[in-house]
Amino acid sequence: MPIQQISTAALDIHGPKIVFTIPGINWKITETVVVGWIIIVLIFALCIFLTRNLKRSPETKRQVIAEYLVSSVNNLVRQNMGAKYMKYAPYIAMLISYAALGSLISLLGLRSMTADVNTTLTWGVMTFVLITYEKFRSNGFLGYFKSYTQPVPVITPINIISEVATPVSMAFRLFGNIAGGMVITGIIYMALAAASSALHLSFAIGPFSINVLQVGIPAVLSVYFDLFAGCIQAYIFATLTMVNVAQD
Amino acid sequence: MDMNLLAKAIVMGASAIGAGLAMIAGIGPGIGEGFAVGKAIESMARQPEASGDCTRTMFIGCAIAESTGIYAFVVALLLMFANPFIGEL
Repeated sequence: MPIQQISTAALDIHGPKIVFTIPGINWKITETVVVGWIIIVLIFALCIFLTRNLKRSPETKRQVIAEYLVSSVNNLVRQNMGAKYMKYAPYIAMLISYAALGSLISLLGLRSMTADVNTTLTWGVMTFVLITYEKFRSNGFLGYFKSYTQPVPVITPINIISEVATPVSMAFRLFGNIAGGMVITGIIYMALAAASSALHLSFAIGPFSINVLQVGIPAVLSVYFDLFAGCIQAYIFATLTMVNVAQD
Repeated sequence: MDMNLLAKAIVMGASAIGAGLAMIAGIGPGIGEGFAVGKAIESMARQPEASGDCTRTMFIGCAIAESTGIYAFVVALLLMFANPFIGEL
């Protein structure tokens, strides 16, 4: 079997597909947005389920889980930002849960929400706004602009670049990790299909083709790229947000 | 031979080589993160009670060290799947 034919057929890597277009204003709703809606509904349902009739001392498992989640986020914020920034705890909890679920939803066969640079760059810009707000608050209006000329005025362009680089590098880190996992998994699938047809281990049952080597091996990669990388990158995005926003 | 096709072939081949060359940047973060994790394990072995702090700081450091590798990877992805040079022809 010619290798060329196999390798071009199996590799299917694309950006988020357009699911539908809102007529009239011509807004294109992509897979990313739809997956985002699904995650919002999931988190909303989870919140309602966990916080139904709370008691002063926990009686149900649900309340213990809810208290554990809230107190672990509170501890994280208190350790990384200090007690005076506790108002950011809900935002951090949102980032962690949204980013983790947005990456983990690829386990259900949907496209990861965070494998789209629009999502991660939005969060990066949100963090940038918070960083600038906290800098204004702690340095004052003139002090903020003066801080760009520290330690010497010649260095101002470099300071501006490093200011802009923070949200961009955070966005590309999350996007690159999740999209990279997707691309590598796609390439491995293609290679396993080619290998199993070269070893005469692929069968066709009706319209489906079964490649023996594709069974089981990608699951090991999925544990790393989907579970581990998704959770770690969500945690790192939240931690970097906390470290950058807390100015002291 | 059609000149446009030849130009396209050259651009595509050069882009593939460029994507491969861009990923050489993976060496740097690999070595750097290896050092970071090694030092973190060393300090954890010396002071097991501080292992939580060590792990947290190590993850942040690794994430920052990874940035250059991720930039290279984004460039390689652009060259492979969203090539800006083919449109220029």
